Amino acid sequence: MVQYSRRGIAALAVAAALVASTAAADTLRIFTDTSDPAPKKAFQTLINDFEKANPDVKVKWTVFDHEGYKTSIRNFLSADAPDLANWYAGNRMAPFVKAGQFLDVSDVWKKNGLDKTLASALPSMTIDGKQWGVPYTYYQWGMYYNKDVFKKFGVSVPTTWDQFISDCAKFKAGGVDCTTTGTKALWPSAGWFDYMDLRTNGYQFHMDLTSGKVKWTDPRVKKVFTEWAKLIKPGYVTANAAALDWQDAAPLLVQGKAATYLMGNFAVATFKQGGMKESNLGFFPFPQVTPGVPRAEDAPTDTMHIPAKAKNVKDAKRFLAFLASAPEQTKINDILGQLPVNNQSTVGNDPFLQQGFKMLSTAHGLAQFFDRDAPAEMAKIGMEGFQEFMAHPDRVDAILKRLESARERIYKN
Amino acid sequence: MTPALADAREPSRRSYWRRNQRRLAPALFIAPGGLMFLIYVVIPIFRSISISFYHWDGLGAMKWAGFGNYAELWSDPAFVVSLENNLIWLVLYMFAVPAGLFIAIFLNQTVRGIRIYKSLFFFPFVISQVVVGLIFSWFYAPDFGLLFKLTKMLTGHGIAVLASETYATYGIIAAGLWPQIAYCMILYLTGLNNVAPDQIEAARLDGAKGWRMLWYVVIPQLRPATFIAVVVTVIGALRSFDLVSIMTQGGPYGATRVLSYYMYEEALSEYGYRMGYGAAIAVVLFLIMMVFISGFIWKMYRDETER
Repeated sequence: MVQYSRRGIAALAVAAALVASTAAADTLRIFTDTSDPAPKKAFQTLINDFEKANPDVKVKWTVFDHEGYKTSIRNFLSADAPDLANWYAGNRMAPFVKAGQFLDVSDVWKKNGLDKTLASALPSMTIDGKQWGVPYTYYQWGMYYNKDVFKKFGVSVPTTWDQFISDCAKFKAGGVDCTTTGTKALWPSAGWFDYMDLRTNGYQFHMDLTSGKVKWTDPRVKKVFTEWAKLIKPGYVTANAAALDWQDAAPLLVQGKAATYLMGNFAVATFKQGGMKESNLGFFPFPQVTPGVPRAEDAPTDTMHIPAKAKNVKDAKRFLAFLASAPEQTKINDILGQLPVNNQSTVGNDPFLQQGFKMLSTAHGLAQFFDRDAPAEMAKIGMEGFQEFMAHPDRVDAILKRLESARERIYKN
Repeated sequence: MTPALADAREPSRRSYWRRNQRRLAPALFIAPGGLMFLIYVVIPIFRSISISFYHWDGLGAMKWAGFGNYAELWSDPAFVVSLENNLIWLVLYMFAVPAGLFIAIFLNQTVRGIRIYKSLFFFPFVISQVVVGLIFSWFYAPDFGLLFKLTKMLTGHGIAVLASETYATYGIIAAGLWPQIAYCMILYLTGLNNVAPDQIEAARLDGAKGWRMLWYVVIPQLRPATFIAVVVTVIGALRSFDLVSIMTQGGPYGATRVLSYYMYEEALSEYGYRMGYGAAIAVVLFLIMMVFISGFIWKMYRDETER
C-alpha cells in the first residue's frame, strides 16, 4: 500500500512537471497546504497581488489537503520540487534543513532587512546561523472561556493557578467541566503541557527540555506534572477526552457544559460557528503557576521555503521578499484572522487578535508549540505520554521514565 | 501430431516463433501481469527488507544499522503492544467464520423477498471501511453515542469504548467483524448452492437432521468455502489498518496500535521519520503473514495434487 501511494504521488508530480515545462520560462510553482477556506483565500489574494506587482512572472499554484500535505511534502521535495512550499518554523523544519532539502535564504533576509521587521521570528527561523524560510503568520494560544458560565457561577477571570483550581471546584460542584479538550489527535494535550511547563519553569527551561538538554526524570519536570495533576485528579477536565477530536469538545464550551478551553486562536471561528458571540466568548492568558516566572507564550508560526531543487530560485526569492513586506502581511492576516509577523504591519480589528497581539508583544519569550519545538519523534512519544497522563495521572512516574528513555535515544545523534 | 510432421518436412523455413509458439504464448500472456507483480510487489518486498537494515529518515543519507532496528523492536513496548493486538485481532476475527456460516444457513431458504434480506446482510461489506469506522465511532462516542447513552441508562455510568485502553481494541474488532461476517456469509451462501441435494436426501432418509445433518453432511461439503473464509479472515485480521486509523489513530496512548498502523506511524505519518524502523516492522508483519500464507498454499497444493 505504501509503495503504491508513493508512486502515485510521484506520478502526479511528474504529470504536473510536464504541464509546467510547457509554460513560459518565468513560471513560479507554489505548493501549499491551504485547503481550508480562509487560508485558501489569503493565498489567492497574495498570489494575485504578486502577479500584479510582477507581471513578468506567472504563478502556478497547487493546493494540497492540509493533513495529506504533511506526508506528501517529503515526496515532492525530492521527487519534483516546486519553487516554493509552505511549512512550519522551529524544529519542525529541521529534518528538511539537515537533509539539504531547503535553500538557505539568508540573503533575502539581509537584503530586505528582515532581521529587524521579522525580529520576533528570527530565532525560530535560524538553524546553524542561517535563515531557511520566511514567516508570514502566527497566532496566540490561551484560555477561551464562556462568559455566561463565569457569570452564573460568580467567577472572575483567574490570574493564578491556585485561583483557577479553586474556580474549578465551583464549576465541578455545579456539574460543569472546568476545562474541556479533545486529545484524540494528541496535540491538544501538548498545549496543556507547554503551558504548565512555561508557567512552572519558564521559557528557557522549556526550550532546554524540548531540545533534549534536560532529563524528563528531572524533579523540575515532575513538579510540572504535580501541578497539572491538581486539575486532572479531581476530574475538572472533560471525561474521555482521548476519544474526542478538538472540534468534538468545542460544543461543550458553546453550550455552557464546560467553562474554559485551552486552544489556539483558530478555534474562535469554530466557537463562533457554534453560535458564540463576542459578548459571551472571552479570552484570558494562561494563569501563573510559579510566581516570578516571566510570562512566555505558545505562538506557532507558519512559513514559506524554497526547496533546494527549485528551478526558479530568482523569482521565488522575489516572492519571499514580497510575502515578508508589511502591507502584504497586514492584508493576508486580515483574511486569515491571525497575526502578522512583520512588526510594521497592522493587526486586524478583531478583539481576540488585538488581545493576542498585546499578550504576545509583551511576552518574555515565544515558544512554537511542543510538536514544533521538539523533534518529530520526541513530539509523538511525548504527546502520547501527556494524553495518557490526562487519563491516568497516577502513572506519571512510568510515563516520565518512558519519555526519558526516548530522549536518550532520540537526541543521541 | 501434424505439427511434428510439418516440422520434419520443412525445418529450415520455420521461424523461431513458429517452432516455439506453444511454449512462448503462455509466458507472453503472463508477462504483463508478472511485470506488474514484480515492480509493485516483489521488488518492494526486497527493497523493504534492505531498508530495514539502515537508519534512514527518508530524506538524507542512509546509515547502516545491521540488526539494530530489529534489536530495538524487542525492547520497544509499543511494538509489543502492537503484536499483542494483532494476536487479539487474529483470534477474535475468527468469529466471523462461524457467524457467517450461521447467517448463510439462516438465509438459505426460499421465502418471498429473500434476495432483499440477503443484500441487506451483505451491505456492510459493500460500504467502505472508512464509513464503517465512522459509524462505529459515533456509536461509541462519549456523550452522544448510542452505546454510551445505553450503558449510562442501564448502569448510570457511560462507557466510552474508544477512550478506554482496555476496551478500545475490542471495540474496533467489533466494527471490523461487521463487514467481515458479511463477507464470510456470501462465501457460504455460494457454497450452500453447491451442496449436493441427493446427499441431503440420502441423509434425511437415514434419519439425520438438525445439528447432526449440519455437522456430518453439510459442513464437510462446505470445506472449500470454509477454507477461503478462513484465509480471507486471517489476512483481513493481520492487515487491519483502516479501522484503527479512522477510529482511534492508534490511541488512547497507543493502546490500539497494530503492526501495520505502527509501521505507518513510524515511517510515514506526520511525526514518523524512521523509514528503517518502519521497514523492520513491515518485515516482521510480512514474516507472520508468510507463516499463514505458506500454510494455505501448501494445503492448496496438496489438495490439487491429491486429486
